[in-house]
Amino acid sequence: MSSDTLVVEDLVAGYGEVVALDKVTITAGTATITAVLGANGAGKTTLLRAISGMVRPRGGRILLDGADRTGRSPENMARAGIAHVPEGQGVIAELTVEENLRIGMMSWPGIGGRRADRAAALAEAYERFGSLADRRRKLAATLSGGERQMLVIARALVARPRVLLLDEPSLGLAPRIMTQVMDMVVRLSRENGITIVLVEQNARGALAIADRGVVLNLGRVVASADAATLAADVALRHHYLGF
Amino acid sequence: MVEFLQFTLSGLSFGMIYAAIALSLVLIWRGTRLLNFAQGGMAMFTTYIAIEVIHGTGSYWAGFAVALAAGAVLGTVAELAVIRPALGKPELNAVIITIGLLILIEGLAGIFYGGQYRSFPAAFSVIGLRAGSTPLGVSRFDLFVAAAVLATTLLLALGFRYTSAGLRMRAAAFNATVARLSGIRVARVVTVGWALAGLLGALAGVLVSPSTFLYPNSMDSIFVFGFTAAVIGGLDSPAGGVVGGLLLGLALSYAGGYLGSQGSDLTPLVALGILVVVLMLRPDGIFSGTRVRRV
Repeated sequence: MSSDTLVVEDLVAGYGEVVALDKVTITAGTATITAVLGANGAGKTTLLRAISGMVRPRGGRILLDGADRTGRSPENMARAGIAHVPEGQGVIAELTVEENLRIGMMSWPGIGGRRADRAAALAEAYERFGSLADRRRKLAATLSGGERQMLVIARALVARPRVLLLDEPSLGLAPRIMTQVMDMVVRLSRENGITIVLVEQNARGALAIADRGVVLNLGRVVASADAATLAADVALRHHYLGF
Repeated sequence: MVEFLQFTLSGLSFGMIYAAIALSLVLIWRGTRLLNFAQGGMAMFTTYIAIEVIHGTGSYWAGFAVALAAGAVLGTVAELAVIRPALGKPELNAVIITIGLLILIEGLAGIFYGGQYRSFPAAFSVIGLRAGSTPLGVSRFDLFVAAAVLATTLLLALGFRYTSAGLRMRAAAFNATVARLSGIRVARVVTVGWALAGLLGALAGVLVSPSTFLYPNSMDSIFVFGFTAAVIGGLDSPAGGVVGGLLLGLALSYAGGYLGSQGSDLTPLVALGILVVVLMLRPDGIFSGTRVRRV
């Protein structure tokens, strides 16, 4: 049985008077993929923002490997091992491909680690993502949508996080590219042992690769089970997930 | 032809000063999206510190070094104590705060150093160089000004381009959200940006003061020209700030030189005219790129 890398207990968060998360509890086991699903406005993005420190929780706890990280800043969360890729903001377009990858190392202990380690991390990323190797000196702005997502995932690989929060990584991508991105997400989890929390509008695709699923509605958890169980629940799917 | 050469070299020399101010404004703008109206005042104050050190030690270079260090310290203190508390609030708050900081600094300078005009020594001879019998319109000190600003700009450019600290600063400037989520302490990076801007401003202050004398408001017009240069080049572009400064310096030198006795009175108008034309034709500046706006 896997231990839980990430535990979110009774999390409350919001914006002004709006309560976007109302005592949300989720757990994500080591090297697993947890899909967070729900309609627009359910609180999925707020959940990731609260975990990564972009939104300060008003209640509840966030535990990473048993250590309480509640209320920490995004920088401290990143250095603790939580990487968050917000929707549509994965890469810094004005930097080159290689510079974007080097940004991923900024969360390493010791201000980016030793040169040999950095070189090895870049080499591993280029070996796995050959198309990025060819364009390492090009600005990220010149990449296609699919290539940008590949760069995002490559940077996640370089960052070596304990937990990776992905917000709609397949948004706007062609189906073929979407499949490639999802395959890469699975490899990050299985081969690199990264715990992944995945927010996706494409619920069907997310449940196909996830180990576990959590369904949010109006800031509350309405279902939490292994992915196969959720996918088989027709009523739940029709009511909350739209398929 | 000789006149043209003299005006060109003189314009480039002053243009370097405007470029230094422009670069300091761009550094702060990129980090905080804030225009530091106190930049000129901070440069003036560090120049007063320099002159006190020069008179106390007898060494120009001691005063020069202390001015740069004081500029970095003043920039750091200003960001930590005055600007950071205003970030995240309505943008107008920070603008008013920098104007207030300018008034405070100029007031303190008047209190500590008095309001009379003071001369400031030049590092090298200000006597114009000649090519044979032809005056070139530029002195050794002018060459030093150009070299100092170019060297500083080059060092900054190399630092931004090839160091991890520079990468952190660029990442924070381009996308603070992704930078923070990557573990970059953006607040600390912003402070470093203010320190560098303070150093650049101090450099501009000690380089221009031999020509303008030193008094509490001596950097106000220099700030306006530096701001104009930054807007011409593009507030997001360090290279644009430098080029903008040089272009402005040339334009003002030609206007002052060729418009006769009225020329020097018309230079503020010329600067304003250039600013208006640039804002009408290319509002983001000459070096601006196409911006994608998310809707």
